[in-house]
Amino acid sequence: MAGKGAAFLATRGRTQHMGAGTEMSIGPLRKPQVMTDSDPPEPGWFEHEDSSVGEPGTGGVPRGRSEATRDWPAIAIEAEVVSDRESYYEMLHERTMTEARRAVERGERAGDRQAMHCVRAMDDCRRTANELAERVEEWAGGLVSNPGAGVEFARRVQANPELPSALRTLAERVVALDRQVERLRTDVERLSRDAAPNLTALAGPVLAARLIALAGGLETLAKKPSGTLQVLGAESALFAHLRGDAPSPKHGVIYTHEAIRNTTASDRGSAARALAGKLTLAARVDHYSGTRKPELDAQLRDRIERIRSRATTAEAADE
Amino acid sequence: MSELPDGIVRQQFGDDRRLATRGPRVGAEPTADGWRSWAPTRSKLAAMLELGMDIGLRDGQAVLYLGAAAGTTVSHVADVAGPTYAVEFATRPMRDLLEVAADRPNLFPLLKDARRPTSYGHIVEPVDLLVQDVATRGQADVAVRNARYLRPGGRLALVVKSRSEDVTAPPDRVYERAFEQLEEVYTVHDHARLDRFHEDHLAVIGERR
Repeated sequence: MAGKGAAFLATRGRTQHMGAGTEMSIGPLRKPQVMTDSDPPEPGWFEHEDSSVGEPGTGGVPRGRSEATRDWPAIAIEAEVVSDRESYYEMLHERTMTEARRAVERGERAGDRQAMHCVRAMDDCRRTANELAERVEEWAGGLVSNPGAGVEFARRVQANPELPSALRTLAERVVALDRQVERLRTDVERLSRDAAPNLTALAGPVLAARLIALAGGLETLAKKPSGTLQVLGAESALFAHLRGDAPSPKHGVIYTHEAIRNTTASDRGSAARALAGKLTLAARVDHYSGTRKPELDAQLRDRIERIRSRATTAEAADE
Repeated sequence: MSELPDGIVRQQFGDDRRLATRGPRVGAEPTADGWRSWAPTRSKLAAMLELGMDIGLRDGQAVLYLGAAAGTTVSHVADVAGPTYAVEFATRPMRDLLEVAADRPNLFPLLKDARRPTSYGHIVEPVDLLVQDVATRGQADVAVRNARYLRPGGRLALVVKSRSEDVTAPPDRVYERAFEQLEEVYTVHDHARLDRFHEDHLAVIGERR
């Protein structure tokens, strides 16, 4: 691969020396383009002087654009970048693979991706732990005098030498998965804060990561209207509503937020709208500027307090 | 049922005869005598072939494939076609597509947005077939914008997912609107609903004017 890269660099150097002569010789070949374009011809990927991606000559495909469609293999042969179609495609394959691989790595390394993977793994582990814990309860429930529930009970089952060993190892899995949940939560906290400091301050790290995961990334979340963020995680209810079978959902995963849970039922719709609005703003600040803006926290607090006081004044008026 | 293009056969797999192409194995698809099963339930293009549509896939021709996803379908296309440009916008499926492309020298993975065709204009050559299966709003518009890459007379094999356009509108209304837009640059030769294999999907065969 390295050898080929070097060979490519050498040929590229040669075309540059040819200067204007190359232009003239390419000229007639550009005619069979599908869209005719009277503007000066735009360069093909192999003609770009320097790559905007990575170090020059590291084997990617430079970013670029072209309005017209051209027979690039023929142009590359004419410009003596390659000798024939076969070697053109060989080079193109190698370079597009390298470029796509690099872009994937870049994308996956980004903090919001890591937070997404992490919170999804955390939710998977918790779901599995609960499911297995129920199995342990059902199995061990008939064998012990003081049955219990959840991870705590699994811990007791695991430590009880009188129970069947398969049951005890199953309980061990539950305990281990629960430990894994806590480990992942620690990571989610760090990753969310790094990737989206404002959203994390307002929503808490786990909810922030969940919103990012549901949207498919911080950028997509930042581009969504607040009404969409409000119902992220309530898709089935939303579609039922759009079909005309149900009222519109008030909230999706933001339900877990204190501002909604601790607000009286009649004001939860307002609280959800207000919260979604502020979280959207926070996500946008995180994506577009990345700096922490503490005033957002105060704004959210004020809004929620005003909504709640509305309820208390109404109650006072009723009395 | 129309004749199958060169490179695609009906191969016996156990008790069934199924569509198949010849190439390096991709996942857990059944193989027989070096032929890889191409399941119409997993691939909309295979569903179109199964329904007897001529998708315009020809041995050795150049193809632009929009919405390559993890590469299940595009692997079969590349088994048959010549240079195959596979555009996919999301990084997660691109990871799988890279595996598929690794042992297919005629497959070129491009992490690009099909809604912005000029962003790959410096890479993609004029093609004989445009395959499009993108789950985004404005699917017909994407097909129209990418017509620039089709040679005049080249084929369009398009899948319109009704729910990507508008979850509330009846599919027929969505399809009607799509046809109107396509007629700007394409002559529509054939269309069929893929409901037997894929719910709420319409397949369209067009020809660039």
